[in-house]
Amino acid sequence: MATTPFCLRLLNLQRRPRKRANFEFGHSAMTSSLAKVGFGVFKPKDSRAPRTGALLAPAVGLLLIWMIVPLTMTLWFSFQRYNLQNPLISGFAGFNNYKFLLLYKTLWISIGNTLVLVGSVLSLTIVFGVLFAVVFDEAFFGRNIARLLVIAPFFVMPTVSALIWKNLLMHPVNGLFAWITRSLGLGVVDWFAQAPMISIIIIVAWQWIPFASLILMTAMQSLDREQMEAAYLDGARGLSMFWFITLPHLFRPISVVVMIETIFLLAVFAEILVTTSGGPGNATTTLTYLIYLKALLQWDVGGASAAGVIAIILANVVAAFLIRTVARNLAD
Amino acid sequence: MAKIRGKSSTIWRGGVGWTSALVMFFPIFWMLLASFKTEIDAVTTPPLLFFTPTFENFAAVNQRADYFAYAWNSLAESLGATLLGLAIAVPAAYAAAFFPTKRTKDLLLWMLSTKMLPAVGVLVPMYLLFRDTGLLDTRTGLIIVFTLSNLPIVVWMLYSFFKEVPYEILEAGRMDGARAGAQIRLLLIPLTLPGIASTALLSVILCWNEAFWSLNLTAAKAGPLTAFIASFSSPEGLFWAKLSAASTLAIAPILVFGWLTQRQLVRGLTFGAVK
Repeated sequence: MATTPFCLRLLNLQRRPRKRANFEFGHSAMTSSLAKVGFGVFKPKDSRAPRTGALLAPAVGLLLIWMIVPLTMTLWFSFQRYNLQNPLISGFAGFNNYKFLLLYKTLWISIGNTLVLVGSVLSLTIVFGVLFAVVFDEAFFGRNIARLLVIAPFFVMPTVSALIWKNLLMHPVNGLFAWITRSLGLGVVDWFAQAPMISIIIIVAWQWIPFASLILMTAMQSLDREQMEAAYLDGARGLSMFWFITLPHLFRPISVVVMIETIFLLAVFAEILVTTSGGPGNATTTLTYLIYLKALLQWDVGGASAAGVIAIILANVVAAFLIRTVARNLAD
Repeated sequence: MAKIRGKSSTIWRGGVGWTSALVMFFPIFWMLLASFKTEIDAVTTPPLLFFTPTFENFAAVNQRADYFAYAWNSLAESLGATLLGLAIAVPAAYAAAFFPTKRTKDLLLWMLSTKMLPAVGVLVPMYLLFRDTGLLDTRTGLIIVFTLSNLPIVVWMLYSFFKEVPYEILEAGRMDGARAGAQIRLLLIPLTLPGIASTALLSVILCWNEAFWSLNLTAAKAGPLTAFIASFSSPEGLFWAKLSAASTLAIAPILVFGWLTQRQLVRGLTFGAVK
């Protein structure tokens, strides 16, 4: 254990001893403890192993098609003049779709909106996720039930949660919030007209705080209690315990949450469609929503495809980081 | 761990814990409440916390034939995609977990990377492909999309469960003459049934709540409940109590599934990076 790198120890992962490449140690606690005392519990790679190609082929083949065909088509359309409403427009467009898009102010506004939405929701979910993980780490009365209530919003379908907030809570006439502010003499906020982006952020954060909490609560269970005790004996209390022991332990799970959420948050769609439809003006038009507008309302296949390529590039930057993080976990 | 915190800390934690739980759950609770109100009670100001509960909304939802059509679509599409996904993923995860080669790791990461492709980036070609092949607004079409978009998660989750089975058990089976198919059917699946069940539930949850493809590729014929609920977003859909009843019915089964499997879901949701 002493030789295990710190970051791996925090993850509660043991470095598995490596023999020659064709021996692989089992993963379970039993086999790895056997391996430690010297029993060679490894699986020899033998010639009678099933042909894994045939077993992997359906999954790999289908995913390959799923990835390559639409992607190639998007790329191809993005260089075409192609509008479903006007069949007379056709032919090779060169970089015109891109040129038009990049000069189109709404594109930049929508990228800005996307970043604001993703950034705000991420910060909110991380702050509350860490808070909940710490609070729920130790027993209190009815903790398990309270935990179920905290994670519940994650399982609510996006259209339902959008409509709960839109009709029952944020509605300027009959909503609960309007009644509360009116009773307090503060007047009424028409949420989706006056603070559209903040409203969307609240809804989406409400849906994703449970995700961050769930992951971070699980991660807290692998926190080394002896290490905490040692820190306690060294005089660490409350905040310093949190800052020097808990937070470093949560660092990697947090990065996993950030990256996975980013992928899903870049694709937020239903919440916007149901509440603001991208408005007022283009105040809540994200890149995803812009592509939907171009493709399925304006039928501008070329322009929508070019915007799709931009969305793919944006997501790929994120994906590169995610793959690296997960890969580090896979490597022994 | 030795007693590090005293009793006052437990009370303090309980207070914060329960406050956050109630705040987070409140919107769902409020919807649940609205579903038992009359339409008039639902829009009354001040909002009613105490009222005579009525089941008329649930009755009204049940009488609407289209609600059942949408619910059936949701069920068929989620289960169809989950079963199809498992059928494709189990052999792949078996191969990856027990017969890893030098390329297995890269293959798994590549599968994961397909999940990173933003759906909206391929919206246009998917729509056109579906239109040209007649898959637009069909259950088959949506099952295909759901299966493929969840396949990486299903493979990864199964892989992480399979890796915990000692190969020796399968090998003993092989010595007794069991081929790959029999090993999977008779040994691996019974041994990892809880893991497979939580994988299936995660897949059902993700399909049931999916709202991008279902809103864009389906309409009245194959639309699942997400689309049904979205159709109420228009201003004339002001039957809040009935909408709440329909929403309650739509989220209840998934909420229960989620609660039952919350601990195992983490693995699937983080591709095995957090256990």
